[in-house]
Amino acid sequence: MLGWELPPHNSGGLGVACYQLCKSLAENNMDIDFIVPYEADHSIDFMNVIPAIPQGVESIVKSGIAYDSYKFTYENGQTENLNIIDQYHAYSIAASKIAENRYFDVLHAHDWLTFRAALLIKQKTNCPLILHVHSVESDRAGTIDGNPMVKEIEETAMLMADEIIAVSNHTKRKIIADYSIPEDKIKVVHNSIDVVIRYENNDFNSYQFLRNMKTKGYKVVANIGRLTVQKGLPNFLRSARRVIDVYPKTYFLIVGSGEQYQELVDLSAELGISDKVIFTEFQRGQKWRDAFKVADLFVMPSVSEPFGLTPLEAIAFGTPSLVSKQSGVSEVFKNCLKVDFWDIDEMSNLIASAISSDSLLKELRDRAYDEYRVMSWQDSSNKLVELYRRHKTLAEAAR
Amino acid sequence: MNNKKSIVLYLHVHQPFRIRHYTVFDTAINSDYFDSSYDSKASNEAVLKKVTSKSYIPTNTILLRLLNRYPEFRFSISITGTILEQMERWAPEALRSFQELVATGRVEIVAETYHHSLAFFYSMSEFETQVQMHHEKIYELFGVKPQVFRNTELAYNNDLARWAESKNYKGILAEGWDPVLGWRNPNFVYKPAGTNNIALLLKNYKLSDDLAFRFSDRNWSEWPLTANKYSHWLSEINDVNNINLFMDYETFGEHQWADSGIFDFLEHLPGEWLQNSNHDFKTVSEVIESSPPVDEISVEDTVTWADTERDLSAWLGNPMQNAAINNLYSLTEKIHETNDLSLIEDWRKLQTSDHFYYMCTKYFNDGDIHAYFSPYDSPYEAHINFMNAYRDIVYRITNHGLDVDG
Repeated sequence: MLGWELPPHNSGGLGVACYQLCKSLAENNMDIDFIVPYEADHSIDFMNVIPAIPQGVESIVKSGIAYDSYKFTYENGQTENLNIIDQYHAYSIAASKIAENRYFDVLHAHDWLTFRAALLIKQKTNCPLILHVHSVESDRAGTIDGNPMVKEIEETAMLMADEIIAVSNHTKRKIIADYSIPEDKIKVVHNSIDVVIRYENNDFNSYQFLRNMKTKGYKVVANIGRLTVQKGLPNFLRSARRVIDVYPKTYFLIVGSGEQYQELVDLSAELGISDKVIFTEFQRGQKWRDAFKVADLFVMPSVSEPFGLTPLEAIAFGTPSLVSKQSGVSEVFKNCLKVDFWDIDEMSNLIASAISSDSLLKELRDRAYDEYRVMSWQDSSNKLVELYRRHKTLAEAAR
Repeated sequence: MNNKKSIVLYLHVHQPFRIRHYTVFDTAINSDYFDSSYDSKASNEAVLKKVTSKSYIPTNTILLRLLNRYPEFRFSISITGTILEQMERWAPEALRSFQELVATGRVEIVAETYHHSLAFFYSMSEFETQVQMHHEKIYELFGVKPQVFRNTELAYNNDLARWAESKNYKGILAEGWDPVLGWRNPNFVYKPAGTNNIALLLKNYKLSDDLAFRFSDRNWSEWPLTANKYSHWLSEINDVNNINLFMDYETFGEHQWADSGIFDFLEHLPGEWLQNSNHDFKTVSEVIESSPPVDEISVEDTVTWADTERDLSAWLGNPMQNAAINNLYSLTEKIHETNDLSLIEDWRKLQTSDHFYYMCTKYFNDGDIHAYFSPYDSPYEAHINFMNAYRDIVYRITNHGLDVDG
């Protein structure tokens, strides 16, 4: 398997999804070699994690690289555009060298950064190639087309691949629309989540101001994620304006960093709701968890979200969600509110109606938890095992 | 004393006034909760017209033909005030076809609440008003006075039976649920506990559900069910006086589609059944008059005809449903002080049990029957529309200079 990151050295959902999926595959008796572009300790015992390049993780893992395909950000905040490309070339060559000395039944590559390496290995070994698409370039780029070089490698790899896995029907449709890949070559395998026990709502919360205002009857609506075009936050703020018109006792908490930060701050000022919209930077750990806990409603208004794990994460914190219908998660998660990302009227209506009905919030919270409790990667991993077997058989027949 | 074995067929006709996609921005501005655009799933006009052509007209055509063909054929219906209003507005031909049935004198109408509400459990005065409204509407349109009572969703308990007796009803209908029956079977006339002058008829849910739920199920071991086979089953039952087949009218053509063969089944059932001269059909009043109660039955906890639980949990099983209905009935006193008849009528239309059914989350994860009947994508949307309409009702009350909490 070819991947770009694994927890705890991950920048976002890609690493988490790869980790949990592989864990489930290992439980299904799959032997996995997982090649990453850096050397670090993952404390993973269920598969063989192989560093492609003898370099520290700090050269690779920063905020959002796997998604921000045209930008590379160091831990000190400095950004560079080219380095990711160097990394990507270095990985391709190194990973294919490693593959020469090993035997695989199937090659499984996650997202565009590994696709070039995957093609090189396929060329050398003629091993069946499965691409796992967690997002396509037009998702990551939001409303613009994205980086032509990335699109080229996505397109080439998808044409060459033996089969493509999309994390949602939404992503499958985008692959067909962007790259004209035949529909029957793409299989949808939804992401899932490793269920954790519900968090207790302890006394302390990092957001003490909001905690305090809640005792005075205020409600908190939160978004937690990167501030990029893909995430649809301007519509969220326009809805916030309309909600505040009806329910002035509402705060909007926006937790995240990204290139849209300045624009969003400006927009809230322009809408006259700066006092009700609270921006924090990107948070990890307790401050990340407390944001979910303090919220009465979590909103994921994404313009295009290949899967979108955060609404499922919110469940463990007892927080119900409103998610955009243009997300993969909305295909599998029933007990949440759903809206088209462009429908500001309905988004405002659903937010206002939800925060004004405690019984609705309670029912959403309880039923979502029922749904969450039985989630697992098992189904997804079963589908992959079946697919591996089929390609292995086909490859053997062709030899 | 009549020793014939009788089929007591009773069909329930109802449509609610569904609430349109009604947002927080409509509240206190528009009060047109029930006016969906025609292409919406919540369009009352579109649903009524669809069900009229798929079910009411074809079924009534067959039933009228059967009444003409077989002098022994008879049955009972209940028909709510809300659907009668809708038929007057959008499907007068359907209303006429029901009037033709009743005019034969062999189709009995059963009493209930006008608004198909659960008012009995929340406000006695409101409940009695709605029953009275229904009586008046039935008399106006059909010229008959119902003598047997059924409560919304067959929701029944001892208190209801005593109430019905006090109002001089001859009989009352309920679900023939096993825990209620114990060792007995539903195929006799019973007497409710603590009453003297009223009879209790219990639905034979196994035989009723063969038609209402299982008829078109190809995985059912008895599929396909023919009138001949069904009639044979019924005639094989020993220890029986009357077989109570109670179901939604829409079983014919809407829940079971025409291509399932349900209309052929209906067309042939009376002929098959009446081949034996010891068989007949009776209306609910006729069976009560001809057969004295064989035993007394007590129902402390409310029993309904819904879901596997047979309780009120399909309507009142989660916090959203309870909040919605409690809020609505908390307005009972204030709303009458307004003397605003159109406001009171809108409030009553919100009492229709269907609104609470749409908010049911019990089986939402399995995408079951609740979802099939709902015009909304989720129980949450149903709650949101309802609560926004409820708040508009509150707003209208306050416009009359009255204070409302919440």
